[in-house]
Amino acid sequence: MKDIETESVGEANSRSKALNLELDATSHSAITPEQSVTGDELLVIVPPSGWISINWIEIWRFRELLYFLAWRDIKVRYKQTVMGAAWAVLQPFMTMIVFTIFFGRLGGLDTKTGGAPYPIYVYAGLLPWTFFANTISTASLALVTNANLITKVYFPRMLLPLATAGVALVDLAVSFGVLFVMMGYYHTGVTLHVLLVPALLASTVLVATGVGLILSALTVAYRDFRYVVPFLVQIWMFATPVIYPSSIIPVRFRWALSLNPMAGLIDGFRAAFLNRPIVWSSIYASTAISFVTFIIGASYFRHVERRFSDII
Amino acid sequence: MSTPAIRVSNLSKQFQIGSLASRFDYYTLREVIVNRLSAPFHRSTDRASQKSNIWALKDINFEVPRGQVVGIIGHNGAGKSTLLKVLSRIAEPTTGRIELRGRLASLLEVGTGFHPELSGRENVFLSAAISGMSRSETTRRFDEIVAFAEVDKFIDMPVKRYSTGMYMRLAFAVAAHQQPDILIIDEVLSVGDAAFQKKCLGKMEQVGSSGRTVLFVSHNMGMVNALCDRAILLKAGQVIEDGDTSSVIRRYVQTLETHDGIDGELYLPEEPNLAIQITCARLLDSEGNPCSRFDVMSPIRLEVTLNVRQAIPGLLAAFAVYKNGETVFASWDTDTQPDRLHVRSTGINKEIVTIPAPLIKAGRYQLKFWTAVANVRVVHNPAVLLPFDIVEDTIDASLLSYAGREAGYLALPLDWVHAGTGVSTAD
Repeated sequence: MKDIETESVGEANSRSKALNLELDATSHSAITPEQSVTGDELLVIVPPSGWISINWIEIWRFRELLYFLAWRDIKVRYKQTVMGAAWAVLQPFMTMIVFTIFFGRLGGLDTKTGGAPYPIYVYAGLLPWTFFANTISTASLALVTNANLITKVYFPRMLLPLATAGVALVDLAVSFGVLFVMMGYYHTGVTLHVLLVPALLASTVLVATGVGLILSALTVAYRDFRYVVPFLVQIWMFATPVIYPSSIIPVRFRWALSLNPMAGLIDGFRAAFLNRPIVWSSIYASTAISFVTFIIGASYFRHVERRFSDII
Repeated sequence: MSTPAIRVSNLSKQFQIGSLASRFDYYTLREVIVNRLSAPFHRSTDRASQKSNIWALKDINFEVPRGQVVGIIGHNGAGKSTLLKVLSRIAEPTTGRIELRGRLASLLEVGTGFHPELSGRENVFLSAAISGMSRSETTRRFDEIVAFAEVDKFIDMPVKRYSTGMYMRLAFAVAAHQQPDILIIDEVLSVGDAAFQKKCLGKMEQVGSSGRTVLFVSHNMGMVNALCDRAILLKAGQVIEDGDTSSVIRRYVQTLETHDGIDGELYLPEEPNLAIQITCARLLDSEGNPCSRFDVMSPIRLEVTLNVRQAIPGLLAAFAVYKNGETVFASWDTDTQPDRLHVRSTGINKEIVTIPAPLIKAGRYQLKFWTAVANVRVVHNPAVLLPFDIVEDTIDASLLSYAGREAGYLALPLDWVHAGTGVSTAD
């Protein structure tokens, strides 16, 4: 049971800090860069133990790598594709058309959207959902597909699943453009509610990366998750009001829906874009759950991270 | 300046045999569930299978002063790579403590993080970012990197279209242009053509002389000898010798010589996925009997058995004669038989090479064998050496040109021709 942790400490207490770490060595992890007298960084590697805190300082130091990993995935994705960014638009757009025909028209859901046209109603929900689904699917494979990096060079492994959100965010930005075109077409108008979008997006990123971190770590240890994840994404979509409005869920079961952070967030996105009443309580609950999911995901990831290079 | 750049104390690393024997194996959920159900109270599988753990590193202690270039040598599986992985934080130690002073970079494999679809330029930035270089630093050194790699014209082409040489040069250039205080290098120079290797070696020497601390793992003793101030010999995860490079190399070479079989014979296991491999090498005396002791005046017949499994152009076999870890000379079978570069008959091939006499002086030598695809890659590079002795049985001990006690490796009878008497040097 080991673990590694980085702390920055000032010059003055570097000696006592090193001493502490020495005493700690058997019970606690430590990789400690500190300024020594010569101006060089001192790094201490000892076997750590237990659950370790997330090393935000180190992740911050590697922020450029996070950017480069996301940038690599985006570049690679659009190289050798004829339609390039059009795929980011087409995927949710075609899904929207299919849903409009089958669930809206044939399923009769288009009368339950509270007055909003069903296509734009379902599209506004599909965008954050597609972001979420793409992030967790690619994040779950991020470690396995980058196994050569993990066994060859050190960097915070967390960056690999985190970077997958970058690709999904670029896709999302492109499809937002289409949404605004649709809003113009349906004359829904833009209100101040739109200002809520960045906050909702931040929560969505947190929950998606949190789930992605858990799934990526599980996929390293248990390759079964390769098959579990697509199935999970499908089930999760039906447990989230993407196709249908949450109002069709009987009131006595609504509490269950609020446990699903994507439910509150997607309702929030719709409220923001389609100028509908914002249910603050559900947004607060979803944001809180997103935050907790991310912390759990990151902590679990840190806990199992140490085994990656041995088992991958 | 007195504080060491690297201090390793009581470092050990344990692997579970299961995870070591099958590195690319993984658990399936079913196994875990079945295990849990069948033994629900065995919470820790580690404890239950304590006996099946092995120590890849056991109680390693050493210090490296700033600016020293240290070679880490040992057989395959001695723990060299594990040590480097623990030092570069890829794997975690089981017990012990490491102190590193200054920025560390590891060159465990050139081209780490290269993506075939991306252009050379993009890969330079990506690979640099992965090894911890900032974007501004990479931008600053970009021209230098491209110039070193000699790929200027192709820098915006995807690296999947690069030749192997170009790819390796670019990958090495990125790695070599980092400015770490401590540099860890694992066998990176075993690839590429001779010109590239020479260039890398030059760069490495420059790195070594610029006051940087370097840990260098290699099976190439000549390179270790040329680059390192000191060497550490690992065996079964333990340091068995640490000190002056040439004496550690001598000790290493001794451990390599211990092989099964009759003196003068070397048998290597079949490795069915190799395109060409050496299966047997024998040193024969004038009667054709295996022998490992030759007079300085008697020629040595070397019989090499090659198993050629694929008819790839450019296959070659070679051997080198070593003394004290340095190459005395080497010989390639395609130099005198260039047709072999194009066609080589598959199956078991026997080759005979005669090492003429007198050529090498008395002393202990080792033969090293390898096969390769010309200018592309090494195919078979067994670590084990075939030792033999040259003795002065028939020669008059007063003949100094042949005498093992005099410096030099070659016993060459050169003619001294009288060109006159009483002639002034000015003429």
